[in-house]
Amino acid sequence: MITLNINGKRRKVDLPSDTPLLWVLRDQLGMTGTKFGCGMAVCGACMVHIDGEPTRACVTPISTLATKKIVTIEAMAQDETGKKVQESWLAQGVPQCGYCQSGQVMSATALLKNQPKPSDADIDKAMSGNLCRCGTYPRIRAAIKQAAGIGEVQA
Amino acid sequence: MKIADKTSDASNPFQSADAVQIDNISRRTFIKQFALSGFVLAVGMPLLRADETAAPKANPKFGADAMPHGWVDNPLVFVAIAADGTVTIVCHRSEMGQGIRTSLPMVVADELEADWARVRIVQAPGDEARYGNQDTDGSRSTRHFFMPMRRVGAAAKQMLEAAAAAHWRVPVSEVKAVQHQVLHTPSGKAIGYGELAKAAAKLPVPTGDALRLKKPEEFRYIGKGKQGLYDGRDIVSGHAMYGIDTQIKGLLYAVVARPPVLGGKVASYDASAALKLPGVIKVVELPSTPLPAAFNPLGGIAVIAKNTWAAIQGRNALKIEWDHGQHASYDSVVYKAEMETAARQPGKVVRQQGDVDAALQGAAKRLEAEYYLPHLAQAPMEPPASTARIVKGQCEVWACTQAPQLARELVAKWLKLPEDKITIHVTLLGGGFGRKSMPDYVVESALLSQAMQGKPVKLTWTREDDLHHSYFHTVSLERLEAGLDAQGKPIAWLHRTVAPSISATFGPDSKQQMPVELGMGVINVPFVIDNLRIENPQAAAHTRIGWFRSVSNIPHAFAVQCFVAEMAAAAGRDHRDFLLDLIGPARSIDPNNLGDTWNHGESPAIYPVDTGRLRRVIETVTREAGWGRSLAKGRGLGLAAHYSFLTYVAVVVEVAVDETGKLSIPRVDIAVDCGPQVNPERIRSQLEGACIMGVSLATQGEISFKNGAVQQDNFHAYQITRIDDAPREIKVHLLPAAQFDSPLGGVGEPAVPPIAPALCNAIFAATGQRIRQLPIKEQLLKD
Ligand code: FES
Ligand code: FES
Repeated sequence: MITLNINGKRRKVDLPSDTPLLWVLRDQLGMTGTKFGCGMAVCGACMVHIDGEPTRACVTPISTLATKKIVTIEAMAQDETGKKVQESWLAQGVPQCGYCQSGQVMSATALLKNQPKPSDADIDKAMSGNLCRCGTYPRIRAAIKQAAGIGEVQA
Repeated sequence: MKIADKTSDASNPFQSADAVQIDNISRRTFIKQFALSGFVLAVGMPLLRADETAAPKANPKFGADAMPHGWVDNPLVFVAIAADGTVTIVCHRSEMGQGIRTSLPMVVADELEADWARVRIVQAPGDEARYGNQDTDGSRSTRHFFMPMRRVGAAAKQMLEAAAAAHWRVPVSEVKAVQHQVLHTPSGKAIGYGELAKAAAKLPVPTGDALRLKKPEEFRYIGKGKQGLYDGRDIVSGHAMYGIDTQIKGLLYAVVARPPVLGGKVASYDASAALKLPGVIKVVELPSTPLPAAFNPLGGIAVIAKNTWAAIQGRNALKIEWDHGQHASYDSVVYKAEMETAARQPGKVVRQQGDVDAALQGAAKRLEAEYYLPHLAQAPMEPPASTARIVKGQCEVWACTQAPQLARELVAKWLKLPEDKITIHVTLLGGGFGRKSMPDYVVESALLSQAMQGKPVKLTWTREDDLHHSYFHTVSLERLEAGLDAQGKPIAWLHRTVAPSISATFGPDSKQQMPVELGMGVINVPFVIDNLRIENPQAAAHTRIGWFRSVSNIPHAFAVQCFVAEMAAAAGRDHRDFLLDLIGPARSIDPNNLGDTWNHGESPAIYPVDTGRLRRVIETVTREAGWGRSLAKGRGLGLAAHYSFLTYVAVVVEVAVDETGKLSIPRVDIAVDCGPQVNPERIRSQLEGACIMGVSLATQGEISFKNGAVQQDNFHAYQITRIDDAPREIKVHLLPAAQFDSPLGGVGEPAVPPIAPALCNAIFAATGQRIRQLPIKEQLLKD
């Protein structure tokens, strides 16, 4: 039995300790906002924050998380930066199918917490781990700039 | 109260369930036709007349009329108004990122004069007898349902007005519905929709001449694009529910090991190690389907467990011996050579005018080129997933499907239950791109629930499953030859198109492309050339070929639009001017005269090929992109134009290639004429997305086979364009339609095909290097 701290709540999990956090969230705890896209750390759909660091839940076994703070997309509306990112996402009309967007919001929020005024190169670096098959990248870039209060947002 | 409960199917005049022509690209048409009469595209018949192998029709049907179950415009089916005034609108088309759950209900709400803030949207289950056609594909949803949904809204509004007039005992001409209430102007009285709903639902539904649609200048939402995505907030907060997210009490989780080679079977297997793993509950064998596979499951060994991870671990522990079957030697390298051989010999003539051979003989200059495009996987970010349970002879399914009625029919067939015992709930789709039109995975989930005595089972396809077992985009070799006269004017055009056909997935492999495939930009080039011949040499299929966003337009546009650029260069002319001359003056062409008997299933009278519109998008995009402007070294502009899904698109791509050969795309301009624009904001997002998907397939996309099996396992090997390699700026130029009642074109697909050729033409402008084989991958890199 492992106790995890997820979005400020303590959750008891009775699963083998090598189980990735992704499947604990999705299948055991019913928190399906964190998505499965590849299972091998190449798409970013499963991005969560672990002690503030953007982390891929699909390759993070729960055995490593006993003392950590886990934050998921479901808590972003209560996070000052996360909320700002969500609002700019809606203002720019970023989502298409939306499936990748939990991960995108998590990566963008982590970026803005670290670098409140990111450059294009910073955005490339922070966001290139998040695939979007629908192709929402130009709007993701615009939305990050809007959330950061940087100009040159496309009309 | 719910007025939606009061529908009476018997009184519904809008159900036209008879079979449609084989030429319609509906997935269902395929199985229906094959089920009834076998493979009806008779080999040996002149291909141009293949459509006539369907039953002859006195009045051929087109558009939505020709789709299975046609359309329904009964407000009692689509609208419910609660006593508190909440308006519930049913969306019967699948949402997969195109914004249809916003756009179609917005059309209803506009005509209904509903306040968007008080509108709720519910998703229809698969039930076409009730809702009309639900196959969400072919860039058809808005095209086919804009008018029916306007009528739904207008009829409901008139019923509310009539109820208000009766309530006040005033003539109906004195009342007017405005934003969720009906006003009586002379007295200044007002009454809300919620109060009127009950009485309104009992009134006759106005139809025909009695129906009054808004004038376009009265639209509040249509054409404005101000509504925002209905599901937007759920999406950004992680609460949107996709097929993979279904939660039910007592849910079990499954993955399946499928035969690596199409047509393969399980020879033997050992599940003992898998069954010892924690969380694994059961291992079951699924029956394989004889080829052609159609939409049926591939069979294999399923592991059912307490969670998805345990199921995956269980699958890894299976020991399976496969009998690989007839396609075990499929090899993409060998196959490419076979296609080249086929393309270098005459093939079946599918269109011809003049004397190409003589013209080529007499040409001052001759050119030839071959263009190759590999298989592609749709790879939606949400892989296929479906949950099923069977309780007391009733099967309930939750699935991310583009084709819920088809899924329903197939599940009924496999479970041997009547169709009305099957309910298919449609979740949000985490992308579709054609993959989720094919409901093999939905059937699998139903079979797994059946194997678990009806317990709820969620089947998840891992990314490996998705890339190994998709219905792939075809592989193609396009060979073109052209002759120019002494002035550089094109006088001969020979195009041989070689590609296995989607029809092979459904019937005996004819090895020829169908009219729907030829009609995607190879047979119907609207070029002014006296001597022209299109041939289709044979190609056999060795995997399941299926629909990928914009389908055969991709290889056809790639080859045609790259070759035209090569011809312009050979003629020493500007590409844009050469292309415009090749298209010729503005005129309206009957697609039949271009050999296209399909015309996207639409009436040739309503949807002729309009070269004026094609010219206009080319003129617009080149003007906006600054065609001809001087660029720094290593930069170039490339142009391509393509007509598909009844929409005209032209693209200019700007590339930068550095000394090492690294490619970047600073800017793309896209000009689009898709007719009237219902939700321009979502049109723009679809075009941006299509552009990036086009870049992705051109630069990275490749599924290849070795020993019959796919070589790419996951996104590290099947690369998708990431933000740092995506075009930095995409400028969309929408050409306004002349009138709002002119015919609508498609939007989801038609911007994909011109991207790859415009990109390759830009690379030539920047570097002098021709790209004739996709993906580009390392071809530009200097060692
Ligand atoms: S699912 Fe974790 S990175 Fe793709
Ligand atoms: S919005 Fe569909 S994958 Fe990103």
